[in-house]
Amino acid sequence: MTDDKDVLRDVWFGRIPTCFTLYQDEITEREAEPYYLLLPRVSYLTLVTDKVKKHFQKVMRQEDISEIWFEYEGTPLKWHYPIGLLFDLLASSSALPWNITVHFKSFPERDLLHCPSKDAIEAHFMSCMKEADALKHKSQVINEMQKKDHKQLWMGLQNDRFDQFWAINRKLMEYPAEENGFRYIPFRIYQTTTERPFIQKLFRPVAADGQLHTLGDLLKEVCPSAVSPEGIDGEKKNQVMIHGIEPMLETPLQWLSEHLSYPDNFLHISIIPQPTD
Amino acid sequence: MPASVLWAVDLFGHVYTLSTAGQYWEPCRDTQLEFKRVSAVRQCCWGIAADNQVYVYVCASDVPIRRREEAYENQRWNPVGGFCEKLLPSDRWPWSDVSGLQHQPLDWVALPSPHWEWESDWYVDENFGGEPTEKGGWTYAIDFPATYTRDKKWNSCVRRRKWIRYRRYKSRDTWAKIPSKDDPKQLPDPFNDLSVGGWEITDEPVGRLSVWAVSLQGKVWYREDVSYPNPEGSSWSLVDTPGEVVQISCGPHDLLWATLWEGQALVREGISRHNPKGAVGSSWSIVEPPVAENGIMHVSVGVSVVWAITKDRKVWFRRGINSHNPCGTSWIEMVGEMVMVNVGLSDQVWGIACEDRAMYFRQGVTPSELSGKTWKAIVAGRECDRSHSGSSSSLLSAGCFFGDEVRGSGESSAPSDTDASSEVDRPGPNHPHPADSLDSSRSYKGNPALGPRPGRPTAGAEEKADKAEGPGGEPRSGPVCAPAELPWTNIDLKEPRRVPGHSTPGLPETPGLPSLGLLPLGLEEPYGAEDHPLWAWVSGGGCAVEAHTALKWFSAQSGLSPAMQTLAPPVTPAQTAAWRKQIFQQLTERTKRELENFRHYEQAVEQSVWVKTGALQWWCDWKPHKWVDVRVALEQFTGHDGARDSILFIYYVVNEEKKYIHLFLNEVTVLVPVLNEAKHSFALYTPERTRQRWPARLAAATEQEMNDWLALLSLSCCESRRVHGRPSPQAIWSVTCKGDIFVSDPSLDLEAPEHPLPCDQMFWRQMGGHLRVVEASSRGVVWGLGYDHTAWVYTGGYGGGCFQGLASSTSNIYTQSDVKCVYVYENQRWNPVTGYTSRGLPTDRYMWSDASGLQERTKASTKPPSPQWTWVSDWYVDFSAAGGTDQEGWQYASDFPASYHGYKTMKDFVRRRCWARKCKLVTSGPWLEVAPIALGDVSIIPESPGAKGSIALWAVSDKGDVLCRLGVSELNPAGSSWLHVGTDQPFACVSVGACHQVWAVALDGSAFYRGSVSPSQPAGDCWYHPSPLNRRLKQVSVGQTSVYALDENGNLWYRQGITPSYPQGSSWEHVSNNVRKVSVGPLDQVWVIANKVQGSHSLSRGTVCHRTGVQPHEPTGQGWDYGIGGGWDHISVRANATRAPKSGSQETGAPLEEACSGPVQC
Repeated sequence: MTDDKDVLRDVWFGRIPTCFTLYQDEITEREAEPYYLLLPRVSYLTLVTDKVKKHFQKVMRQEDISEIWFEYEGTPLKWHYPIGLLFDLLASSSALPWNITVHFKSFPERDLLHCPSKDAIEAHFMSCMKEADALKHKSQVINEMQKKDHKQLWMGLQNDRFDQFWAINRKLMEYPAEENGFRYIPFRIYQTTTERPFIQKLFRPVAADGQLHTLGDLLKEVCPSAVSPEGIDGEKKNQVMIHGIEPMLETPLQWLSEHLSYPDNFLHISIIPQPTD
Repeated sequence: MPASVLWAVDLFGHVYTLSTAGQYWEPCRDTQLEFKRVSAVRQCCWGIAADNQVYVYVCASDVPIRRREEAYENQRWNPVGGFCEKLLPSDRWPWSDVSGLQHQPLDWVALPSPHWEWESDWYVDENFGGEPTEKGGWTYAIDFPATYTRDKKWNSCVRRRKWIRYRRYKSRDTWAKIPSKDDPKQLPDPFNDLSVGGWEITDEPVGRLSVWAVSLQGKVWYREDVSYPNPEGSSWSLVDTPGEVVQISCGPHDLLWATLWEGQALVREGISRHNPKGAVGSSWSIVEPPVAENGIMHVSVGVSVVWAITKDRKVWFRRGINSHNPCGTSWIEMVGEMVMVNVGLSDQVWGIACEDRAMYFRQGVTPSELSGKTWKAIVAGRECDRSHSGSSSSLLSAGCFFGDEVRGSGESSAPSDTDASSEVDRPGPNHPHPADSLDSSRSYKGNPALGPRPGRPTAGAEEKADKAEGPGGEPRSGPVCAPAELPWTNIDLKEPRRVPGHSTPGLPETPGLPSLGLLPLGLEEPYGAEDHPLWAWVSGGGCAVEAHTALKWFSAQSGLSPAMQTLAPPVTPAQTAAWRKQIFQQLTERTKRELENFRHYEQAVEQSVWVKTGALQWWCDWKPHKWVDVRVALEQFTGHDGARDSILFIYYVVNEEKKYIHLFLNEVTVLVPVLNEAKHSFALYTPERTRQRWPARLAAATEQEMNDWLALLSLSCCESRRVHGRPSPQAIWSVTCKGDIFVSDPSLDLEAPEHPLPCDQMFWRQMGGHLRVVEASSRGVVWGLGYDHTAWVYTGGYGGGCFQGLASSTSNIYTQSDVKCVYVYENQRWNPVTGYTSRGLPTDRYMWSDASGLQERTKASTKPPSPQWTWVSDWYVDFSAAGGTDQEGWQYASDFPASYHGYKTMKDFVRRRCWARKCKLVTSGPWLEVAPIALGDVSIIPESPGAKGSIALWAVSDKGDVLCRLGVSELNPAGSSWLHVGTDQPFACVSVGACHQVWAVALDGSAFYRGSVSPSQPAGDCWYHPSPLNRRLKQVSVGQTSVYALDENGNLWYRQGITPSYPQGSSWEHVSNNVRKVSVGPLDQVWVIANKVQGSHSLSRGTVCHRTGVQPHEPTGQGWDYGIGGGWDHISVRANATRAPKSGSQETGAPLEEACSGPVQC
């Protein structure tokens, strides 16, 4: 018998096997070996790549080292997106491991935010959390928490401690019994095909007639292009992906929000073109 | 808590019930009659119908009401004919009652009323005091009035035998007319009012009730001998009153009030346990009305409350009522104007408002605030045109889940604040509702097509006449009826069913109705608050509303299906939905795809150590044992394989030196909460500490803190052992004396023939809930019984209780409650001057003590067993003490530590009596109630996990009826209904073994075997008496082929000589003493709870033990292996059919063959 709790665990412990290689133009003292790592899907690149940095810095001269950044097939990787989202959005159809190129110079100021320290990640993560709770509970839950609870959420993510994180996060996933869900579902929809970074709107989990909204309802409402245009052959053109899986469009949004949200409490949904093969 | 119902009568005389778990008024199943009064208790409802006759409606149950008729056949020996019917002239009748004084031939015994039927013909009783007699059932004696024996002796001159015949009450779920065969002169005029109560005064006979009635002439009548086995009672007897009575109300206990024609209230005095109707010559007291000019019109009483209505419709509450002062002290005026009020169970109050005839429930009535807070309108709709079978099943099938019709039980246990925001707050009863139904109905009068219709609700009789013209007596309920013919359209007619176009303007239409009929959960109809029925009478005597009950009576349902989903019926449709399956499946695939070939990659995040620290108290391991303040730290770390492990450090200070002890959580076998009033503590066992009988004990400052630690430690233990989720269907279940439930997934080598896993190494984890007994079967069906005898079925969830969050499943956790008694003893010693007094000798025990007399226990100082329990009754004398009591509950003995008897003799210098007080616990766990029959024992067939077909489940009700559950399967573990299995005496225990061998133990300690039980004949055909043992048995357990029994002195016996042709076996072989409970499993493994086990440090009572060396050729085994213990009370290994994997040469194929060629074949 499978339990909804197992979904949380599976989501948390999602790992992407990754191969880091140093950008060819980087000047090294000796040849840089690729570095292999299992990246947690729910975490952030700059939070979990200390080892990568250390590995490549060993072969470089001190003066050539500036802020590290990552790139996949020419696209700079935004550290403030969860790793799983980056992978789903950019690389889900390519073979594993995921080949990420490591850069130490020519920081793409236009594409990426600087990440001076872990505090920047924490600040970003906590602001997402707060935004999500503003949508879900008018910020009531997050504001009632103590500082140490906030810290525990962050430390839970940073140290990859599922229990520690969920002991607190559980409260953010509750809603009043007389309601049928959150006030609004915190979600972001990403597409590679558009310039716009992502779509985010107010969307309630329950329709006015009391019916639960589904993933399909959400997409039809806020991103009709993702679901409506079917190819000439009747094949669907897009994949709707969260955490590397494609939930059915009938899945209730409230359930998705409770179970498939990233630690920042947002549902990060990738819309990617159906692979041709 | 089982769903119970509120009874009510509308202005047309139709009777409706409203379940505490439901939200619709359901028409009484027997709709033939119209009523003017009903008075309900849990098991039945009395009423006065429109024909002025009295009827009783006995609710259906799977347990029949049966009564035994007996007659004795008496014979005397004479030298000529041997034993024959010729008796001496001085002898008794050849056919007599037990005393011999009454002539009683078999054909003189007649059915008392048309509501009874004979169950079978007369037969001879061949059971004599728990032992079988010889064929023919004769018992012998030297002469009549003498002691009879089973054996014929040389001097046996007379013999007698007992003939038995059962009659069964057949008029259930229907209104049965009370026969009026009384003297016609005594019963002059029709009845006007009626009240049922008194069930809490005495428990003798079972289900005794006081039924009081008032005739039109104002006389008061009492129905004699009404009880559960005799629902109709025997006759009416007149009770003198000082005036003409118009109305009467009888509470559950000793309160009885009536109203006089002149407007005063009468209060009956002298009602007691021995005189439920008041002693002969008991008198009435008169209570004056609150205001002289407005006399009392109506009263209703509870255990310790009186509510009244005066002629000006004002509601009054009587202050100062108690057992010693049934008249109370003064009146308090309450808000609201009512036509009547009714006090129901736990003094809850319902009323019918004067203005709009709506029904109101008094909210906030608690033992400390008996007058409650506010009147709250019940706006439940009626579901007149749902099929009767459909609607009734939602009432009765509270325990039946996995079906479509489920609602009820799951929702009733939802937290009570669920309706907080959706409730419709009607204005108080003295403010007419803005869209009052009367107004809208009057608007029809203007319509010429409708014609003049009576518009006043009080014109009930005319309404009925109008209504009778319609087809089938319910003209408004079918879609065939055109609205033009219907008065009161807005009351009964169901909007969605009407033909489109006929909808009347002005009636509220709820948007989106057409789709609602498709909802699977039966939410068909929204009932606007405007369309409420008009009520005439209400009775809450059978309706249990408790603090944690979430009633859905107060909100007009607007068809919100997700509301149902959040309240989580046992299996939500969502759980079986395709989308959910797909997510599970895809996540598994994803993990495989992304991780399978890359496990050798380094983890990005090194698992650090996580530490939780805190301050607790620790029960010092060495002398002097005491609680010492300690710091504790739990260090969790993760190995490279992802496995989690933890160490618990306990830092203490001895002689100003800091020291610590540590426990590896992967060694901890069980964590046991030990809550008592003084300490919030818990115990940790490891195999080592289990052998020592000395757990590590830690205590927290608050219950919350203890629960936090317990949940965290428990989670860590489970993680280090990689145990989570639902336990295996083969799991071993056990229960401690505190009602805590533990479960252990069996390892493969637990029952290995060689080198089995020592049972002190078994890992037990706690399951939420509170039970006394739990029984499992290998097909995943698990049942439990509470201390209050409620039956529960396991839902497949885990966690609950103090295990919240990650340690608990998201669904399948429900509220569970249990009730038990706390006892104190009042001890007295006799002295020549003052008789018995509470002044003892200096050497005596405390005058208020526990059962042993060693501990002082006064009523005032005794607290509930732990902070989880709250008192739900006052102290009362327990008359059911073993050995019997006198009329005041005293038991006598010559001196204190002695055996007590229920009567006083010359030699008795001391006496004691037992006081009991009920307390209640509310917790949560993966359990759903199987209503409504309370059980004393339950047993599920041990089978191989792959077996097909329905699962045999037998039980004994708390009254001793043997029952067989039908329709039990993996998908429907609660089954569907009970099949009653007739017995000649109350039973105590039953066990169903493999191949449907059913053994049972009667209350008198004799064993029985049920013949011919099979899947096609689930209840078998008759009981056999296996050859007896001269001991009173108290438990029996049947495995694959082994049958074990336990006697009252703790001896364990094995039944020898069982063969397929002689399944009763030949004799009992002694196996062991010191046994408290036995459980024989599907592999014939034997596990017991041992009474006392000595460890190296301490002694534990109540220890799980495993019989070692049990082999097909040596079924009784060789010795005991001692497992977890100290407070264990019950174990069930009946699910564990896990065989050890065959280990090479010698064992090849043997166990399976043995099983097949065992003495009993399927």
